[in-house]
Amino acid sequence: MTAEAGLIALWLAAALALLQFTVSCFYMRTEDENLLKIINPIAIVQGLLCLLSFAMLTLLFLDTDLSVLLVAQNSHIDKPWIFKLAGTWGNHEGSMLLWVSILALSGAAIALFEKRLDQKTFTATLMVQAFVSFGFYAFLLFSSNPFERLNPAPREGSGLNPLLQDIGLAFHPPTLYFGYVGLSIAFSVAVGGLISGTINSALARAMRPWALLAWIFLTLGIAAGSYWAYYELGWGGWWFWDPVENASLMPWIAATALLHSIAVMATRDALRSWTIILALVGFAMSMAGTFLVRSGILTSVHAFAVDPERGAFILALMVINVAGALLLYALRINQVRQGKVFNLLSREGAIVGNNILLVSILAIVFVGTLFPLFAEAFADQKISVGPPYFNKATIPFIFLLMILLWAGPLLRWRQDNAERIGKKVITSSITAIVFIIIMAVVLPDTPIFSMLAIALSIGLAIASFMPLMGRKLRRTPLPIYGMVIAHFGIAICAFGMAAESGFSKQLLKSVDIGDSEVIADFNVKLKNVVPTIGDNWVATQAIIEVSDKDDRADEVEMLQPEQRLFFNPNQETSEAALMTRWNGQLYAVLGKQNADGKWQLRIWWKPFVTWIWYGAVIIALGGLIALIGRTNRRRKKHEEANPWA
Amino acid sequence: MKPKHQRLLLAVIAVIGLLVASLIAINALSDEASYFYTPATLNDQEVEIGKAIRLGGMVKQGSIQSAKDGVTINFIVQDKDQEQLVRYTGVTPNLFVEGSGVVADGRLDKDGIFIADNLLAKHDENYVPRELQDIDMGNSQALEKSVIQ
Repeated sequence: MTAEAGLIALWLAAALALLQFTVSCFYMRTEDENLLKIINPIAIVQGLLCLLSFAMLTLLFLDTDLSVLLVAQNSHIDKPWIFKLAGTWGNHEGSMLLWVSILALSGAAIALFEKRLDQKTFTATLMVQAFVSFGFYAFLLFSSNPFERLNPAPREGSGLNPLLQDIGLAFHPPTLYFGYVGLSIAFSVAVGGLISGTINSALARAMRPWALLAWIFLTLGIAAGSYWAYYELGWGGWWFWDPVENASLMPWIAATALLHSIAVMATRDALRSWTIILALVGFAMSMAGTFLVRSGILTSVHAFAVDPERGAFILALMVINVAGALLLYALRINQVRQGKVFNLLSREGAIVGNNILLVSILAIVFVGTLFPLFAEAFADQKISVGPPYFNKATIPFIFLLMILLWAGPLLRWRQDNAERIGKKVITSSITAIVFIIIMAVVLPDTPIFSMLAIALSIGLAIASFMPLMGRKLRRTPLPIYGMVIAHFGIAICAFGMAAESGFSKQLLKSVDIGDSEVIADFNVKLKNVVPTIGDNWVATQAIIEVSDKDDRADEVEMLQPEQRLFFNPNQETSEAALMTRWNGQLYAVLGKQNADGKWQLRIWWKPFVTWIWYGAVIIALGGLIALIGRTNRRRKKHEEANPWA
Repeated sequence: MKPKHQRLLLAVIAVIGLLVASLIAINALSDEASYFYTPATLNDQEVEIGKAIRLGGMVKQGSIQSAKDGVTINFIVQDKDQEQLVRYTGVTPNLFVEGSGVVADGRLDKDGIFIADNLLAKHDENYVPRELQDIDMGNSQALEKSVIQ
């Protein structure tokens, strides 16, 4: 009965979405106050019903109810419970249900918490949210029903891809989805504003916390996905420019640009049409990402189903939503008053620069991700675009962004003078130059590119704190702290990337048991290779002793990489072993045994690699602090009197 | 400056920025997009030595040979009627076996050997590298066994 209950809840939620849309439409025409009383409850109940439906599917997976087709195809009775739970969204239908649930919950959240919008814009926002939700309900119910029964039920179930049986998977997709779909709120508010004709700084202030919340989730989700790929795939890389990774990066870039231009619109009432466009692009990128991943048009471990009908459905939904919004934008943009004027050397000017650079990076990633699809569709040519393209094309823009970051946050609104700013950025500039000189002397073989990247990130780490100079720290608004911390996180993250790509060391050898090797500052010794067993796998495990090269204290740590053979489905995977130090990680992979009895070992020393993810967490933390500052009531009054301080 | 002019100026700056980005993108694409080859198309066409390309096909039965260092292998990638020698140094993917589909990233060296930097085998039985989906491997039985399954 659980499956039927879930399905009924889903149908009811879809019906309520339709009702919500219709009632909101009526309100927009008649402005009948009585209608307002029911719109909010409808949105909230719709969210709850959808959540109930998702809870039912989760129960089915936890019970491993094999009479449900989806469970039978993606789960197995012998799986640990945490992977049964994660299995709920480790497949096409389940992950789409999660997607739609978050969409519905976003609508409910607007109904419950959004108090800053005027009545008409608010209703128009819920109308748009209901419209978008309804399309995705239809998609689930007509082409991806997660509750379909299977008769007769199999006895075991066919299991979950072992690569996906990992604790990282339990949290990575939901986090990312909260980010993706959370951007729908900014989209709905923007379209709602276009419908009601109120595009002003109040709209931007209403949109900001939602965009910020979605962006925090996106940041964490991307970082989690990157770390998952890093340790689970065993390739030692943390970003592959894989289309699925790009699909998550593109909404993040758009959301980052949006957060900055929102600040201008909320504070100075400028960049209005630009901010609206970014809000539309952000959610469009989320939908494009969903299309890329869910349509199976890219075959990768993420594409669970190769089904053209589904792809066409999502594509149609995306086109309707985005084209509709853009059409409305084109019709209404002439009525949007032009914003206030500013000098280009000003905070506004710096943010325009930030936006143009970010959008350029977005365009480059977009082109590189979709080019192979177009080449195949229209020229029948198989082309793959890989990391060399993305690195070469994006890195100049990233460097420019980092330089802009030194000065941007220090600039005053409206206009500033170059001399004042010059004095303020001199510390970070000198530090960066000194570091370049030191590195050129100490490590003369360093590629110029790595040297530049490291110097830029060190300079940025200092520059990011400059906006706090000369302020009374106790009276500084939280959003300022949020900005400072997020920018510092960028510096940490960039430093990790630069250090890892410039200074990693590799040991690739075939060794006998008992052999010792040296990598970076470590002695590694293959002590033994033993069989081992887990819940649903058996493995060959290497036991590697690691000790510091110069340390005589005989302190030994163990690295235990494995070759695992999973049952149900039968599949071999390689489990890397990691040893973390404050300044990097040792990363070991066990290869095959050669005919002469030696074992292949691949060990990397990756300096400061963990800083990439620490940096991402710091960035998200900065977002969280800003969000608290924006929503805290007591502070809000102060802020409205003195916005962005 | 009037608001109207400011908007125009910003629009012009944005368009110029995007144009520069597109130019860089197109330039980088023409340099770095690696074309996909099978042994047959690789032998038909002149491919520049050292240019990044992808090679896809099936690992020929009995062709994998380990070199003395224990971490380098030489093997033959074949399609319907052509073959290409490939050399790879590193730990091979778990699903890399003879008779199975493979995609290799790498480049041709001056001796005509394909030097692979990276090997992609199927992730699992449901996964087929996109490029291999509709290649005629000739040996249809082996193909079914390894790729379609």
